[in-house]
Amino acid sequence: MSEKFTKAMARNIFYGGAVFFFLLFLALTFDTHGELPKRDHRENITEKVAMGKMVWEENDCIGCHTLLGEGAYFAPELGNVYKRFGNSKEGIIAFIKSRPPQGIEGRRSMPQFNLSDEELDALAEFLKWASEINTAGWPPNIQG
Amino acid sequence: MQYSSQAVAKPYFIAAIGLFVGQILFGLIMGLQYVWGDFLFPEIPFNVARMVHTNLLIVWLLFGFMGAAYYIVPEETETELASPKLALALFWIFLVAGALTILGYLLVPYARLAEITGNGLLPTMGREFLEQPTITKIGIVIVALGFLYNITMTILKGRKTVISLVLLLGLWGLAVFFLFSFYNPANLVLDKYYWWWVVHLWVEGVWELILGSILAFVLIKVTGVDREIIEKWLYVIIAMTLITGIIGTGHHYYWIGTPEYWQWLGSVFSALEPIPFFMMVIFAFNMVNQRRREHPNKAATLWALGTPVMAFLGAGVWGFMHTLAPVNYYTHGTQITAAHGHMAFYGAYVMVVLAIISYAMPILRGRAAANSGKAQVVEMWAFWLMTVSMVFITLFLTGAGILQVWLQRVSEDPQPFMVVQEKIALFYWMREVAGLFFLTGLALYIISFFVGSREEEATV
Ligand code: HEM
Ligand code: HEM
Ligand SMILES: [Fe+2]
Repeated sequence: MSEKFTKAMARNIFYGGAVFFFLLFLALTFDTHGELPKRDHRENITEKVAMGKMVWEENDCIGCHTLLGEGAYFAPELGNVYKRFGNSKEGIIAFIKSRPPQGIEGRRSMPQFNLSDEELDALAEFLKWASEINTAGWPPNIQG
Repeated sequence: MQYSSQAVAKPYFIAAIGLFVGQILFGLIMGLQYVWGDFLFPEIPFNVARMVHTNLLIVWLLFGFMGAAYYIVPEETETELASPKLALALFWIFLVAGALTILGYLLVPYARLAEITGNGLLPTMGREFLEQPTITKIGIVIVALGFLYNITMTILKGRKTVISLVLLLGLWGLAVFFLFSFYNPANLVLDKYYWWWVVHLWVEGVWELILGSILAFVLIKVTGVDREIIEKWLYVIIAMTLITGIIGTGHHYYWIGTPEYWQWLGSVFSALEPIPFFMMVIFAFNMVNQRRREHPNKAATLWALGTPVMAFLGAGVWGFMHTLAPVNYYTHGTQITAAHGHMAFYGAYVMVVLAIISYAMPILRGRAAANSGKAQVVEMWAFWLMTVSMVFITLFLTGAGILQVWLQRVSEDPQPFMVVQEKIALFYWMREVAGLFFLTGLALYIISFFVGSREEEATV
């Protein structure tokens, strides 16, 4: 690099740039917080939905599935599973309940989590709520 | 070794390499589960193998960063470490806590682990990469604080160089952004928004400061180029990192419920994120070309040149490939993501840790500057085997990803996820074979520590 461009100048660009863009990021974050209620329908986050999220987390579903495209890529997307199953909570519950404990020979197998009816219902309610988030039209189609 | 307290780096490096082996073994288990669905089921379900694989990766990189700091900082500040005893105590605490956590993943069902560790009191578990029980997370924070105290005090009492300041800033940033892992609201959108403050602001933010400073340190040592020049480069590189990378976080805010202006902001800024990686390549090759001395440790120089090249490919090129919103709409959460994640983590962070280990370990083991020629040859074979295998892993996953995107998302008759996975199984088999070559390279790497130890040190 040229002699005229000194280390002090480089340092100032670093500190100035970092501070400026971090503050800009905070401002954008603030704005996002204002916009989110219109998109996440938080008025529908009932206690049941919150419990469903806990069940989701405490069984590490994200370790195999994606949820809104984030997570693992071993098993199907679940952000839109409520819709894929024909807008049916019962379909989701029946699927989770019927996983064979020893797996399915030769196939990727989902564990049998032995969830209670209450937990199953909460989980399905959480996935229903997730399917209603405004995700700017993602995923491209119902297959996720 | 110039300062006796640098010796504490050694156990950190050894632990890092040991955990690296564990990481790869679980990667291979998962790779097999991709094509032989019920392999080890229900004893080790895929999600358990995955958290072991990714958490071991993060923990061993942290061991590597800490070891690097304990080695670099005394030499840069020209003073002994504030407290070598604390460094050693924290080593054992971190290792035992890490081992217990991994055993917890493997020995009890995850829901039971959540219950035993009281996840209900402060729920933080069950999110990708942040699967650790809350008490483990608290432990990580305590270890990080002790570590930062030690490094900060050392720097305060000694010479203040740009390399040590940038390293310190990166390490503090690492700890500060980790605190967002404790924020887990019931609103999934908010949860995801701040989850990225840990994940993205780590790998495309503060970790790049750590990467840059370790690389700069090794380059000063092996090339003898004037510090002024190297430090100027370092500032420019990390300036570009933060100028592009902070708003670049927006490339994760396209489809998770966040406002649509992020599609513009994320696309534009993250498209510039390859720049600092490209500059690292120019920097490293320029410094080696302008070297003022021939360093006998050829292997360390090889790692120091390989790091920016592979980081640029993995993070820069493979990152750019799927970072524009209209592309990401189709590739989001597919094998393309996995391909990029592998080469970026390997190229940037695995390789830089192996570079500092390569430079420091001979000295920590009592050599003046380098291993015997024989050991270096084996190490360089390991470099090529691991690196080329990683290129192939990435290419096979990219192939799988392109087909997946086509069959499941683009074609006129989109097919279900599981149907598509079976159709692209051949690519997963090839990935697994490449993974076995990677393991061979890693085995060779470890062997390089045991060959030629009685032979004379290499000379230039
Ligand atoms: C021997 C080779 C390896 C194999 C067979 C392997 C296999 C895998 C598999 C199957 C996954 C899970 C993908 C999914 O969620 O469906 C994964 C995830 C991951 N692995 Fe590896 N791995 C290997 C080596 C490595 C190495 C060397 C690194 C680091 C440099 C690494 C870093 C990661 C990361 C960061 C993830 C999470 C990726 C994401 O979320 O996009 N792996 N690996
Ligand atoms: C060393 C630096 C980097 C590392 C270690 C890294 C690693 C990763 C990992 C592990 C993921 C998957 C996260 C998940 O599991 O959801 C990811 C996602 C992503 N990365 Fe990077 N990355 C780096 C740099 C970059 C750069 C420079 C770009 C852009 C130019 C980029 C673009 C992306 C994008 C767009 C995604 C989201 C993929 C999706 O939508 O599924 N990354 N990265
Ligand atoms: Fe990112």
